[in-house]
Amino acid sequence: MQNEWLYIGLFLVVGIIVPVVPLAFAALISPKKPNPIKQATYECGIETVGDSWVQFKAQYYVFALVFLVFDVETVFLFPWALSLKQLPLFVVLEGILFIGILVAGLVYTWRKGMLEWV
Amino acid sequence: MTLAGFLNDPINFVAQWLTGLLTGWGFSNGLITVILYFIGILVLVVFVMLLDIGLVWVERKVVARFQDRLGPNRIGPFGLIQPIADIIKLVIKEDITPAGADKVVFNIAPVLAAMSVISLWAILPLSSKIFGVDLNVAVLYLVAAGALGTLSIIMGGWASNNKYALLGAFRMVANMVSYEIPMVVTLLIPVILADTMSVQGITQAQSGMWFAILSPLAFVIFFISAIAELGRSPFDLVEAESELTAGFNVEYSGMKFGWFYASELLHAFTFGGFMAVLFFGGYGGFFGLEKLSAFHWLTNPFIQAAVFIAKAMFGYWAIMWVKYSMPRIRIDHMLAFNWKFLVPLSLVVLVNTAILNKLLAGLPAWGYTLGMFLSNVIIGVVTIEILRAYGRRQHKSEQTLAQAMRN
Amino acid sequence: MTADKIIFLLIGVLILVSALMVVTTRKLIHAALWLVAALFGVAVLYAILQAGFLAVVQVVVYIGAIAILFIFAVMLTRRDMRDQGPQTRSNWWIAALLGLLILAGLVFLIINQPDVERTAAVIPAGVDTLRNLGTALVSPDAYVLPFEVASVLLLAALVGAVYIAGFGKKS
Repeated sequence: MQNEWLYIGLFLVVGIIVPVVPLAFAALISPKKPNPIKQATYECGIETVGDSWVQFKAQYYVFALVFLVFDVETVFLFPWALSLKQLPLFVVLEGILFIGILVAGLVYTWRKGMLEWV
Repeated sequence: MTLAGFLNDPINFVAQWLTGLLTGWGFSNGLITVILYFIGILVLVVFVMLLDIGLVWVERKVVARFQDRLGPNRIGPFGLIQPIADIIKLVIKEDITPAGADKVVFNIAPVLAAMSVISLWAILPLSSKIFGVDLNVAVLYLVAAGALGTLSIIMGGWASNNKYALLGAFRMVANMVSYEIPMVVTLLIPVILADTMSVQGITQAQSGMWFAILSPLAFVIFFISAIAELGRSPFDLVEAESELTAGFNVEYSGMKFGWFYASELLHAFTFGGFMAVLFFGGYGGFFGLEKLSAFHWLTNPFIQAAVFIAKAMFGYWAIMWVKYSMPRIRIDHMLAFNWKFLVPLSLVVLVNTAILNKLLAGLPAWGYTLGMFLSNVIIGVVTIEILRAYGRRQHKSEQTLAQAMRN
Repeated sequence: MTADKIIFLLIGVLILVSALMVVTTRKLIHAALWLVAALFGVAVLYAILQAGFLAVVQVVVYIGAIAILFIFAVMLTRRDMRDQGPQTRSNWWIAALLGLLILAGLVFLIINQPDVERTAAVIPAGVDTLRNLGTALVSPDAYVLPFEVASVLLLAALVGAVYIAGFGKKS
């Protein structure tokens, strides 16, 4: 395995150990006196009303979906960006075509009113 | 094995010394590599944690000065020991887990948040000779670490069994995820200009001219998206202390909350570091000055590290400046600003950079710089004109409406 | 047993265990989180194979976008997020039998390939795989047509999703 990724793997392991150590230490020395009032859900200081579920707006999902499409698009653009120096100008035009098709999608979403919050 | 050798190339110097020592003790080559990596990682992570503690002090002092007050000044000179007192307080506080919370996910969330930020320091180049790894996909690694951070927020919000925490987590994720698009698109611009995805390559490509001068619009868009990614003001509706009462981490107490807070500050500083690397020349960027023999000391690794930290601190200060000067933006304004303005604008800047990079490739350095800079200025002016025309139309339609209502 | 093989075995076990937990755990949100663990394991596999670009893209796209989409979908459509359905149907043994048969067939096919014990190919020094990927993706005699068709595919997905999501809206 390439040494770079081994380093990153070790870094992630250390990155997990470093936050856990103070947490473990805190679990050892902090007081533990649970009682139902302390553990009640916080709702601005009053008793909770209704169970812990509200109807979430479907709009969250639409934004996540549009983000997904554009995320995949930008991931495609990274190898394209690396090839620009060697290859002639039409490579730039290919990329512009790629971006243009997806901008058309963004305009469609905009006109359909899917980018509104309400 | 002299002091000059250490000063000029510290990591290799220590690595060679340690390798000699360990081979003498009879360790195999692979094990030596792993041990060396481990020691290097520990040193780097300890440095980053100490930096984080310092950042807590910097943040509180700076916010105090912005608000025309003194900030902590009781504990230690200038309140320097305040963060340590805070840490001790957080560690000995009782850890309250709300009833009905999902214990495993509740505990993993702060650890994941801290890990995703710490892992970014594996690729940040402190100097040409002091860095973790020179990854050839470093720019995308930044986005990947952000993705892990987003996941930790959803986990924290859901595991708290609190509908306000969940609502806050949803909003924060919708926010972070939306602003990731302009951020990734503007990350493409240093990649195009430097023709490499590695941060070392991007830093070295800026030894003649900063990318912030070649493409100021890209820097501005990256700055705005970075602030939104961090979830700081003016995009901090989701953890607005006066509204959603700390949002997704409302049920966290003690050191777990401490890790959410510390990782947010460290994330901001890391983004300052990335802005320095991607747009302001990182540890170098002296406009070719270091080639003169009088300025050769500028290539010393420790000087480079100091330059990098100074630039990152300046970026962090700029982020704080924006935070403490601007009011909060509403969620629908935030998302409209992103999808209807920043995303098209960043794509336009990207296309412009790609085309001009090709067309102006033959010109001398000053022609290239001037061409790129002017194109950015033209795009900026055109954008402002479009916005102005839009504003004028809105104003006119409101006026006719008011007129019609009066008659 | 080189270090490569040990790490590969560990990651393989992690991916399999996570995938098993995805389909057997009772809480839906836990299933989504186990899926994240499985996807992360796949990213580590890519890194072991020295496909660094694919490893980070896996994290960025799968964990950063698709897993988030899954979690949103689960949270938006469950009446109670602690919902737990029944674990098995009455004819689960037929499904288990079929699964075992398919597994046996696949293992048999793979083992009988002539070069199944091959280790990962060593990339020759000086070959910049990332740049080759880039030039291959946009060269007319390589993959530029799939590149452009991919954008049309993404457009189709976007338009379809917006159209379906617009059914509930009153315009």
